[in-house]
This record gives sequence, structure tokens and C-alpha cells, in this order.
Amino acid sequence: MPTFNPADLRVIAPELFLVCSTFAILLIDLFLKPTQRHVTHWLALLALVVAGALVWSGAPPMGEVAAAFDGMFLRDGMATLLKLFVLLTIALVFVYSRPYQRDRGLNIGEFYLLLLFAALGMMLLISAGNLVTVFLGLELMALSSFALVALNRDSPLSSEAAIKFFVLGALASGLLLYGMSMLYGATGTLDLAQIRAVSDFTAGSPHRTLLAFGLVFLIVGIAFEFGAAPFHMWLPDVYHGAPTSITLFISSASKLAAFGLAYRLLEGALGGLGADWTFMLALLATLSLAVGNVIAIAQSNLKRMLAYSTISHIGFALLGFVNGTQQGFAAALFYMICYALMSTVAFGIMMVLARVGFEAEEIDDFKGLNQRNPWYAGLMAIAMFSLAGVPPLWGFFAKLMVLKVAIDAGYLWLAIVAIIFAIVGLFYYLRVVKVMYFDAPADDTPLVAPADYPLRWVLSLNGLALLVMGMAWSPLMEWCTRAFAVAG
Amino acid sequence: MITLAHYLTFSAVLLCIAVAGIFINRKNVIVLLMALELLLLAVNTNFIAFSRFLGNPDGQVFVFFILAVAAAEAAIGLAILLVLFRNRATINVGEIDSLKG
Repeated sequence: MPTFNPADLRVIAPELFLVCSTFAILLIDLFLKPTQRHVTHWLALLALVVAGALVWSGAPPMGEVAAAFDGMFLRDGMATLLKLFVLLTIALVFVYSRPYQRDRGLNIGEFYLLLLFAALGMMLLISAGNLVTVFLGLELMALSSFALVALNRDSPLSSEAAIKFFVLGALASGLLLYGMSMLYGATGTLDLAQIRAVSDFTAGSPHRTLLAFGLVFLIVGIAFEFGAAPFHMWLPDVYHGAPTSITLFISSASKLAAFGLAYRLLEGALGGLGADWTFMLALLATLSLAVGNVIAIAQSNLKRMLAYSTISHIGFALLGFVNGTQQGFAAALFYMICYALMSTVAFGIMMVLARVGFEAEEIDDFKGLNQRNPWYAGLMAIAMFSLAGVPPLWGFFAKLMVLKVAIDAGYLWLAIVAIIFAIVGLFYYLRVVKVMYFDAPADDTPLVAPADYPLRWVLSLNGLALLVMGMAWSPLMEWCTRAFAVAG
Repeated sequence: MITLAHYLTFSAVLLCIAVAGIFINRKNVIVLLMALELLLLAVNTNFIAFSRFLGNPDGQVFVFFILAVAAAEAAIGLAILLVLFRNRATINVGEIDSLKG
């Protein structure tokens, strides 16, 4: 009989802190005038920083797992690493989108609160040890994201994106749940570790058929959360229709959380069926690489182009999964972190260039950016080269790691396909660079960035980090590897 | 005698109706929301049937969580639908097509 153990509260201290502070901010925000919204902004950032500090300080030693509430909630090396980066990317969303939101009259308390709730859902999802916690974390994140996409409620595009996101998202979580019910039927438990224990020894039994049937539905749900082809339909529309600040959130933090979902369900619960899901993920990876890179070429809208580029990057990240080993997950996690921080730079610069009534979302809007503001043109060029995977930038080393994993796993054909599509992808990234440096600007007034010093400094640091991490990537890679190491 | 297989078949049929309702539907968004509810009901039927036949109450507890989340989801879905109708004056699925490429 499970009993309540007060020591469990220490294990979920970061989440408890975040939920309490979010409710406190919700109350405080009610009493603020619109001109005092900066208080909410700084309090939300403070909450994220303190939650991050709690994640860091209470982390169990590497290789060990701290479980709370009878295994419902797990805290391991992967959870620590992934949560820190989720909190970091959400903090970046707050910093980058402040002038953008203010210009559009969207600097409202809901923006901060929904993002904090989404952060909470992601942290719960990343630490889930039970199908119930997986579901609740996922839904908390998804429902907040639906509302965030519709945040600009007077925009027809935004509401259209939200309804598409909502219908497809609810469909995907329904299918994921259907898969979970099959897992429950085959094993008689909702606990991921116990499902894993059963799935390790089911070869040849009827349970295995049921588990494999459930697995197919789980893969559909996971592929949707990632935005992997052929479940990518929502992604370009949501990127395009949502306010850029929300696009930034969906392309960075949500993708990190999707990694947590995939790891917990595939490795945590169904590790025994590794031979089945590695092949399915290899197919998804191939399709994502092809669809993402080829359709991105045809886009004239930068947000849509980056959406298809996300799909292709998800294809790359899935290469890390085809091995089904700790080394493979480490490479995939490294790739996702790298991708999240590259996309924050690209969307951050789009928000810097945007003005009232001007979104800076067409590729043509970047014409001659170098003459108007060389610093931001330089940062954007770094982001584009890194996304394309040009050495010596961070993106190159992330691609190298996952390709190595795929080759080690015997998927040489997949690695070759990935490299061919990476070369195809070079075309559309370089087109943005060409437009910025070699085309004449439509309007050659010098472009001044918003006088928001945290934004300028953090965005510049984020851009330069892509360069620095290209030379000093090994500590992070080592951290990723240790995060998946098992004690002993 | 109603066996587990009957329940599972019933829930699989519900699932198929729900998915067909989402993909075949060309009329309006409210039907989509109804199909989504049906999908969750299929899942609930599965959980309860398994729970009953395995003699394990966990599945029924999960169903309570799913029902609560389904209510929240319906609320958000209808809110988004309202915003959409205010902006576009239509909830016809065929006319919601300004985002493409």
C-alpha cells in the first residue's frame, strides 16, 4: 500500500515552487495596471530562474534516479539536463518577445501565465514515471500552447492556426491515449518501469502483439508532438499563423519536451520492443528529412521556411533514436538542445526587425539587411549557417553526432539519405544569407534595434553561443552522455 | 455473456467513427469537436474494460483524469472556435484555408 512520504516533496520541489509562484503571479497580475506589466515580466523570469536553481541544486547524483510518489515522478540525469534547457528557452522567449508583444498590445498577463503553465507541464512530462503523469504533463503543455497560438485574438490567421493546432493536437493526444490503453491492457499497470519489465520478456506471447499495436499509436502521438513527417501538417500553419513570440516557443521549448515524451515512452516503457520502434523511427526520419528539406525550398515566407526546416531537423534528431542505446539518446538530446538554441536566434532576430504593422516574416523583408544593420545580419547569418550544418558552428557537430550514431546502428543508407538532404537544405539557408548580403534593400534607412538592453545583449550572446559551442561542444556532449548513464 | 473482446471491438468502432469524422467531415468545426470527444470516449471504454477484466482499479482512476482533461480541452476548443467565428464569420472547414504553402 503506497503511503505518503514527506521526503517526496523534496524530489518535486522545482515543480512545486513553479506552480506556487505561477499562482502568485496570477494574483499579483490582477492588481497591476497595463503600464506596470514589467513587474509580471520580471517576476516570471525570477520564477524560472529560481525553479532552474532548484532543479540544479536538488539533482540526484549522475546515474541515479530519485523517484517520488510510488514511481509516478522520476528525477534522473536526463530530467535535470532537459528541464534546465526548457527553463532557459522559456526565459529566452520572455526576454526576446517583450518589445514585440508591447508593440502589438499583447503584453498581457495571460502571455506570461500560459507560458509558465506550459513550462510546468513540460517539467512534469519530462519527469513522468507513469502513464497518468505523461498524459497530464502533455495536456497541460498542449492546452496552454493552443491558447497561446490564439493569443492575438483579432488576427484571422492566428485563430485559424489555433483551430488547426487544436483539432490535430487533440486527435494526436487521443491516439496516444488509445495506445496507452493498449499498454495498460497488455501489462495491467500504468507504471512505466513495470511496463518496461513486462515488455522485456514478452517475445512470442500474445501480450507482445497488443504491446506492438499500442506502440503504433504511441509513435503517432510522439511524431505529432515532434512534428515529424507524415504527421507534420500542423507545423507550417501554426508557425505561420501564430505571433512570432509563440512560434519561438513552439519551435524551441516544445520540441525539447517532445524529446522527453519520446524517451520516457519509447525507452522508459517499451525498451523491450526496441527492434520494432527503431525501424519505425528510421522511416519517420527519412520522410521528415525529405519532406522538410524539399518543401522548404519553395517557401517565400521565412516562418514557413523555418517550419519545414524544423521538420528536417526533427528527422536528424530521430537518427539518434535508431540506435536505441544510451549513446544514441545522448546524441539526439544534444541535437535537440542545439536546434532549440539555433531557432531562438532566428526567431529572435525576426522579432527585432518587426515593427507595428510589419512582421518581417517574408524572406524579402531581409533584403540588404547587412547595409541596414550589420550586427543583426551577422547573427542571422551565423544562425542560418549553423542550421545548415556548416563547420565550425554548433549545428555541424550536432549533425556529426547523430550521423555517427546512425552509422554505428547499421543504418548506413539512412546516414547517406540524411547527408544528401542536408546538402539540399543548404540551398534555402544560403538564400537567406544571399538576400541579406547581396540584394539591395527595399528601404535603406538604418535599422535600429528596440532600446531593450536585455534583449540586445541576450540575443547577441545566444547568437555567439552557436559559434563558441562549435569549438567547445564537448562538455555539453559529455553531460548529455552522463545524463543517460546508468549507475554502476 | 459480454466478453472483453466485445468491449474492445466497440471501442475500436468508436475510434474509427471519430477518426473518420475528423478526416471525412467537410462541413463544420463543431462536428470535429464532437468527433474528438468520441475519440476520448473510445479510450475510456478501453481503460474501463481492461480495468474490469484485469481486476485492477488503476485504469478507472486514469479515466477520471481523462474526463477532467477532456472537459478542459472542450472549453479551450470552443473558445478558439468562438475567436475563429468572430474573425472569419464562418466555421465551415472548407473555407478555413488562408494558411497554405
